[in-house]
Amino acid sequence: METQIGGSSVEVTDEGYLKDINQWSREVAIGIAEKEGVTLADDHWKVLEFLQNQYKNGTPLTIRSVGKSGVCSIKELYALFPDGPLKKSTKIAGIPKPVSCI
Amino acid sequence: MGTGDVNVHEPGKIKKMMLILSKATLDNVYACFILANGARMEGIESEIFFTFFGLNAIEKSKLESLRVATVGNPAMRIPTLIGGLPGMEALATKMMKKEMDELDIPPVGEFLEMLSASGTKMWACKLAMDMFHVEESDIVDELDGVLTVGGFYERAAGEGTHVIFI
Repeated sequence: METQIGGSSVEVTDEGYLKDINQWSREVAIGIAEKEGVTLADDHWKVLEFLQNQYKNGTPLTIRSVGKSGVCSIKELYALFPDGPLKKSTKIAGIPKPVSCI
Repeated sequence: MGTGDVNVHEPGKIKKMMLILSKATLDNVYACFILANGARMEGIESEIFFTFFGLNAIEKSKLESLRVATVGNPAMRIPTLIGGLPGMEALATKMMKKEMDELDIPPVGEFLEMLSASGTKMWACKLAMDMFHVEESDIVDELDGVLTVGGFYERAAGEGTHVIFI
């Protein structure tokens, strides 16, 4: 469905994930983050950039891989994106919801 | 839920998973850890109570040498007599660890660190420790403490808590 986020019109899934990463912008990210109760700071942006690169490389996303990336520790990831770190961070990064259980 | 907004006050929503691990075959340990970690990933609280042989999974000297059971496990499709041959458990364990690694599932020691970092609380059963003569110093640093059954149930209080025995 089409919705307005961060001043632009974007296509999202029922769960609020962007359907097309090309519609992502920093403003859209801030808009999604607001809905999720997250105020984006430098540390958040670093994680978002890492996730987008992983996605573009076709690497499956797991919490463990973020923890090993050097971008932030697992504990920090949970602190940055509380109540569902990978679900929230991928949503804000404009990439599909990860299917991993780990 | 139209827009993906999660309503934390939604009735029936799981708020906390209390997992009891009573065995330490590798398959049971991983089932428990994946459930606990998966809960945290969904924003659900999780705690693990290690009792009886489940204690092995948090004992420093034992946790890296846990094995898959090849005897008494019909789903393995290995005849009992063959499953009992020397080396069969080691072989099945090696195969399972390789598959796990490919799925980015960490070894037991690293998994415990990951669970602790995610906020999963881990408790050792007092009675099992007394029974097997296990000291707190034998247990990994990630342990949050030692509990009686009563203490465990106290922690399970509240709406939306589920208890699972593995």
